[in-house]
Amino acid sequence: MPKIRIATTSLAGCFGCHMSLLDIDERLVGLLEHVEFNRSPLTDIKHCGPCDIGLVEGGLCNAENVHVLREFRQQCKILIAVGACAINGGVPAMRNHYSVQECLEEAYLNGVGVDNPMIPDDPELPLLLSKVHPLHEVVRVDYYLPGCPPSGDAFFNILSDLLAGREPSLPKAMLHYD
Amino acid sequence: MTNNTLFIDGQEIPFEAGQTIMDAALAAGIYIPHLCHKPGLSPHGSCKLCTVDVDGRSASACTLPASNGMQVDNNTPALNEVRKTLTQMLFVEGNHLCPTCSKSGDCTLQALGYHFGMLDGHFPPFYPRREVDASHPSVMLDRDRCILCELCVRASREVDGKNVFAISGRGAQSHLIVNTVSGKLGDSDLQTGDMAAHICPVGAILIKDHGYEVPIGMRTFDLHSVAESDVASPVTLKKTEHHDA
Repeated sequence: MPKIRIATTSLAGCFGCHMSLLDIDERLVGLLEHVEFNRSPLTDIKHCGPCDIGLVEGGLCNAENVHVLREFRQQCKILIAVGACAINGGVPAMRNHYSVQECLEEAYLNGVGVDNPMIPDDPELPLLLSKVHPLHEVVRVDYYLPGCPPSGDAFFNILSDLLAGREPSLPKAMLHYD
Repeated sequence: MTNNTLFIDGQEIPFEAGQTIMDAALAAGIYIPHLCHKPGLSPHGSCKLCTVDVDGRSASACTLPASNGMQVDNNTPALNEVRKTLTQMLFVEGNHLCPTCSKSGDCTLQALGYHFGMLDGHFPPFYPRREVDASHPSVMLDRDRCILCELCVRASREVDGKNVFAISGRGAQSHLIVNTVSGKLGDSDLQTGDMAAHICPVGAILIKDHGYEVPIGMRTFDLHSVAESDVASPVTLKKTEHHDA
């Protein structure tokens, strides 16, 4: 039986959700008998091949995030928005109070301890969106796994459900927005 | 009187003249979800989470007087689905970023999200830009999280004997204001002992310097669901001591 293919990425996130995924600890060994990782920071594969499950951490703060998210949606049969940032923008969305210009000036010109003040303008840098957005504003999302981060148990729970062909359900005790 | 009874989900419960459906339900230990209601304060009927079906028509349980023989549907999948949608709308209308909020775990809005099994906001978030008022030495006002429930408005007027807060504007422009010339909380007579300073069900009004005294995981709704907390510990309102209105 071919292994279930999983891709993961962190967009405007902090990789905390990925750390939490690794918190399933030794259960990862058993999981790897049934799944293989495609594009992911864990494999360093740069582009997503056809996959069964895509786990997307983080919201959308720049043009590259949107590009990657569309690639995931195109390649993954099931797309899961993982963590507070993917679901409602989370901490990065706190910049939505300010214009992009104000944020850049604070970070690169006027902030405390800034050396050699200069707003980066390398053409290779992805352009920032005017606001941070959750995933479901851009693509269809199949499932949501809330939490900041979702616990390792919550990851294991949703993956176990999907691997067993069950409709995923999150026990109330694992439901947290923080 | 024996005939003063109504039926909630088929269960017959008594009520006294003048009680609302909510009053009767809470007295009988039946949980009807609610956010803008607090026993002892005049009902407001704005959050609509206590929407029940009364003899086939929708009504707010906190404002509708109980009457004899009423058939009330409360804990039904359809009503709870509508209530979840209302909760999602409350979330996307403000800036409710739980990981950044010291009220997390003690927040009734969040607890209701858990109660209804809300996983996402569903709607596109508004990300409104609202004013933060940190002018008061010991109370913080973060309008990003305000849900316009008017609990602080009513507590200030009805219990504290003051008139610190009000809602101004209409529709999407509605917002919480402070009744001072400057509009700043620091110029008001709000004190930390006032009920208005503590009644906020979300993280809009917070007492400064006490944010993380109780660790995450040990807070109100970490230990009890919103349904348990609400029915098990009925609130008794007492007039606070240090004002003489």
